[in-house]
Amino acid sequence: MCLGVPAKVIRIEAEKALVDVMGSRMYVGIVFVPEVEINDFVLLHAGQAMTIIDEVYAKESIEEWRRVLDGNFKSTI
Amino acid sequence: METLNLLSDPVYAKDSVDAVIHAANRFKEKYGRKAVLMEVCGSHTMAIAKSGIKTRLKDDVQLIAGPGCPVCVTDQESIDSMIQLSQESNRILCTFGDMMRVPGSKFSLMQAKTEGKDIRVVYSPLDTLKIAEQNPDKEVIFLGIGFETTIPILALTIQEAMTKRIKNFSIWMTTKLVEPVLRNLLESGQVKVDGFILPGQVSVVLGKNRFLYLAKDYKIPGVISGFEPVQLLRGIYRLLNLLIDEKAEIINDYTYAVKDEGNQIAQNLINDYLMPNDEGWRGIGIIPESGLDLKEQYARFDAKKKFNITIQKPKMTKCRCGEIIRGLISPEDCSLFNKGCSPINPIGPCMVSAEGTCAAHYQYMREE
Repeated sequence: MCLGVPAKVIRIEAEKALVDVMGSRMYVGIVFVPEVEINDFVLLHAGQAMTIIDEVYAKESIEEWRRVLDGNFKSTI
Repeated sequence: METLNLLSDPVYAKDSVDAVIHAANRFKEKYGRKAVLMEVCGSHTMAIAKSGIKTRLKDDVQLIAGPGCPVCVTDQESIDSMIQLSQESNRILCTFGDMMRVPGSKFSLMQAKTEGKDIRVVYSPLDTLKIAEQNPDKEVIFLGIGFETTIPILALTIQEAMTKRIKNFSIWMTTKLVEPVLRNLLESGQVKVDGFILPGQVSVVLGKNRFLYLAKDYKIPGVISGFEPVQLLRGIYRLLNLLIDEKAEIINDYTYAVKDEGNQIAQNLINDYLMPNDEGWRGIGIIPESGLDLKEQYARFDAKKKFNITIQKPKMTKCRCGEIIRGLISPEDCSLFNKGCSPINPIGPCMVSAEGTCAAHYQYMREE
C-alpha cells in the first residue's frame, strides 16, 4: 500500500498532472506538491503525488555510499 | 532516474550486503549477540523478504516486522463492522484491494460481493466521489484504513466532497498513527528492539523530526529508509553503526524524498479535518489517541455516525496475527501458518495483505 513508485511528470493541469509510470500514463493529483514542474519525478500514493524526488540528494547519497563500499566499510556514513 | 536504478543493482547490492555483515559482526563482537532491528512499515517487510535480504542476513541480524501494515493492524471488530456495512442494498462500499479478502468472523468482503453486494475496489479515495455523483440514490462509503501516508488523502477527499456538495458520501474511519503504537510497543516491554528501520512513505508526510522522540525518550536509534534493496541494506548498515557507536540518533537516509519537517500541506489538511481518537489495534486493544477521526463539524461524512452498525463480539481463533504485528513471534510460530492458513485460504490479515508478514514469509521465505 505504501511502496512509492517514481513517476515522471509529463503535463500539468491545475491540481492534476499527467505522469508516466514505467510506460503507463495516468493523471494524478498534485495538491501536496504544488511546486512540481514538468520533467520532475514524483512518488505516488493512492492517486496523489506525495513528494518530488530530489535527484541531487539521490546522487549525493549514492556517491557517499559508494565511497564507503570502496573503502571496505571502514568509515561510517 | 539512472541514479535510482542503481538502488536495485545486484552488484551494488552484493557489496552492500558485505558491508552490513561486517557491521553486524562488529555489533556481535561488542555485545555478544545479534542486533534486533524492527522494520515498522509493511512495505519494508515485503521488500526485505522479496529481495532476499532477510534470508541472507538471518545469521547476522535479527530483522523483525512491526505494526506497519494497515490491514493487519485493523482489529476483528472493525473488519466485522465494515463487512456488516455492506449488507444493506442501497449502499456502495469502496475500498483498497487488500481489504477484499480479509476474513471477517463470518465472511469476507469478497464473499459479500459474490453474493451480489455492491463493493468496489478503487485506486484512490477520490475515485469514490465520482461513484457517489454517478449514483445519487445510493449511499457511497469508503473504508478509510491507513497510516499517515493515506490519512491526508482521506482529508483531501472530505475537502473535495464539501466543495462538490456531495451528500451521499461518507468514510468509515479506522486510521492508525505510528507514534502511539511504537510508544505502546516500547513501553509494554514485550519486545526487545535495538533500533528501528523507519517507514519511508509515512516519513514523507511526517518528516524526520517527528521521530526524534525515539532517541530522546527511549534512547533508541532509527533510520528512515527507502524501499530498494541497496537503500534497505544501507539503512541497516547505518543503524548498526549507530548502535556500535552507542549513538541514539534518528538518521534520514531517504533524503531525496523525505524532508526534516515533512509535507506541511498534508499535515495542515489532517489538522483541518481530523482529530485524535482512541483506536483499537489487532492484538493490542485500544491505544489512546492512536488514530484520527473526523472533527465534529464534518460528522455528516462520518459513516460510523451515519449508519447504525451493531456486531457480535468476535470469537477468538487460533490466528496469531496480533502477536505477529507486535514482533513477538515469527509467522512460522503460528500453528496455522502454511497449514490451515495460506494465501489461497487466509485465516488472518497478515496472510492476506500485500504488506503482511505472513504473506511475505509464505511467498519468499518458506522452506519446504
